[in-house]
Amino acid sequence: MSPKMQNTVRLTLSYIAIAIACVIILYPVLWIVGSSFNPGDSLSGSSIIPKDATLDHYKSLFNTEESDYLLWYWNTLKICIITMILAVAMISCMAYAFSRYRFVGRKNGLMTFLILQMIPNFAALIAIYVLAYITGLLDTHFALILVYAGGLLPMNTWLAKGYFDTIPKELDESARIDGAGHFRIFWQIILPLAKPILAVVALFSFITPFTDFILAQVILRSEEKFTLAVGLYKMISDQFGNEFTTFAAGSVLIAIPISILFLSLQRYFISGLTAGGTKG
Amino acid sequence: MEATERQTKHRKTALALSIIPGFGQFYNKQILKGLMFFILTVSFAVAFADLINIGLWGIVTLGEQLPRDHSIFLLTQGIIAVLVILIGLVIYFLNLRDAYLNGRNRDLGIPLNSVREQYRNVADQGFPYLMLTPGFFLLIFVVIFPILFVILLSFTNYDLYHSPPANLVDWIGIQNYIDIFKLDIWRDTFLDVFSWTIVWTFVATTGQIAIGIFLAVLMNQKDLKFKGIFRTIFILPWAVPAFVSILVFAGMFNETFGAINNDILAAFGIDAIPWLTEPFWTKIALILIQFWLGFPFIFAMVTGVLQSIPDELYEAATVDGANMWQKFRGITLPMVLFAIAPILITQYTFNFNNFNVIYLFNGGGPAVSGQTAGSTDILISWIYKLTFTSAQYGKAAAITMILSAIVIGVALWQFRRTKSFQEEDMM
Repeated sequence: MSPKMQNTVRLTLSYIAIAIACVIILYPVLWIVGSSFNPGDSLSGSSIIPKDATLDHYKSLFNTEESDYLLWYWNTLKICIITMILAVAMISCMAYAFSRYRFVGRKNGLMTFLILQMIPNFAALIAIYVLAYITGLLDTHFALILVYAGGLLPMNTWLAKGYFDTIPKELDESARIDGAGHFRIFWQIILPLAKPILAVVALFSFITPFTDFILAQVILRSEEKFTLAVGLYKMISDQFGNEFTTFAAGSVLIAIPISILFLSLQRYFISGLTAGGTKG
Repeated sequence: MEATERQTKHRKTALALSIIPGFGQFYNKQILKGLMFFILTVSFAVAFADLINIGLWGIVTLGEQLPRDHSIFLLTQGIIAVLVILIGLVIYFLNLRDAYLNGRNRDLGIPLNSVREQYRNVADQGFPYLMLTPGFFLLIFVVIFPILFVILLSFTNYDLYHSPPANLVDWIGIQNYIDIFKLDIWRDTFLDVFSWTIVWTFVATTGQIAIGIFLAVLMNQKDLKFKGIFRTIFILPWAVPAFVSILVFAGMFNETFGAINNDILAAFGIDAIPWLTEPFWTKIALILIQFWLGFPFIFAMVTGVLQSIPDELYEAATVDGANMWQKFRGITLPMVLFAIAPILITQYTFNFNNFNVIYLFNGGGPAVSGQTAGSTDILISWIYKLTFTSAQYGKAAAITMILSAIVIGVALWQFRRTKSFQEEDMM
């Protein structure tokens, strides 16, 4: 075979492999989008490109009397945003203390964080359930937010501390000579310089509660308190197949905004994950 | 200097007096600080005396009398009492240390700090603690507290028949662990679940890594067109929230209306496959789904690494007459694996605990008669079922401990090799 022929064969095979991969990736996506436009509740006799496409399922999701979907969306966004603010505030404070100060207990504190980040926080789900139950916090968003924020702290503090360490200490020292206090150095010098890592931490703190199912399932009980993950699961598990097309519309409405958010910010994700060595 | 040191023994006297907090400071003539230590200790003792008293009694006995005592409340109070005692001990230790250090300074003839200097010192040295307090507080209550609780729970008989307020819970030592390994019904289930967890972790993770690397290498060929579009498509499964994709797959694999049986297999003339009712096929489906969900992450990571491998390496290999496969084996694969090794290990631990895919796809089913676990349950989803469907809290806690030991073992082994652990600054 001539080198040119060899090249053609290699490229053709590559394109075939890529095409197969694309079909496998895109088929479920197209199928669910198609299902969401299918008339009727079940899928029997449907096709991937529906003949008489309908927006009924989307309309019924937006009808607050018929469905709690919008409420779930609102709950999820509320929980994610509050978790994000809480977590970023605490993480930046802790990372600053660990990065810039040498104090009694620092080494032990860092070790504790290192060990805690190895244990996924849902491993203690029995305890979380029992504790939420006896403190009367079962079925509240408050409990969920606390558990999410607490679970985010160990790993992300390490992540942020690693970045803070790379900001030159000479900057703090010169500010201190100029008379800046501890908090002012943190607020006006370190935080502005640490924006990239804070963006990564904020992104993780938003996405982690958004995609979590297990903790929300453990803590939330009543339907109007559900997050999207729990609500969608309930929609499909209650009467499987009977509401499948509405479920499909619900999935599409979650997948589209999150995918756009994700794809436009993916380099932050990758930089954060490479630094942390953990999947969020 | 030496003479004065021998003559005075302020450090010992101050330390000894400090056994009653504050008195060492009085001796060092630091009245205000001494008062603060004294008042802090007294109020601590007064405020928490009841809690500590009941808590310690409760954690030892777990209640003696119904309906007065609620074992789980007592256990919780007990943990809080122990934490409070620990905080108290820290304050006490700080008091001793302060008296000793100031006593030593007096021995050495170093003048002590004035009240104003002390205040500034506290403000300076206290700042990092101030920054850490909110986070640590949260961490203690939602992370450390639950962990302690699970550890203790695994040594109790807390289950449906020993469940407050109707019954008391008792300490039973390591009986839960013994049962899991000795009683036939528990041992068989445990071994089934455990072996599937291992197979699942190994096959699903290795597969997704292999696919991710393969596609990344494929996509890295210089003369390929439309790379941008293809890369975006390949990242897509990662971008869609996993719980959505898994539920969609549960629909696709459904035996009555799912597209896999009705559209795809039918088009090839293959009979319908019992994806959700036959354990073997459920396992296959789960592994295939995890390939789909997991490869984009590896793909993205490897793409980054590939772009940093210098072209000269490949050119040199071409000059030496290496073919494509040899270049891949000799250059690409080692460099990629070296660069992403830590991430690969977290992928294995992630799948080891991948509750979502197991539970959302088929609830761990199909069910196995006579077992608390379904045939595709992994440890974490079994723990979930033990807690919420069969109320076997004690056993579930014991299995959580076994699972955590495995995860921490792997993680420690990994972290000993990573940079952050070896960083001298950390210590």
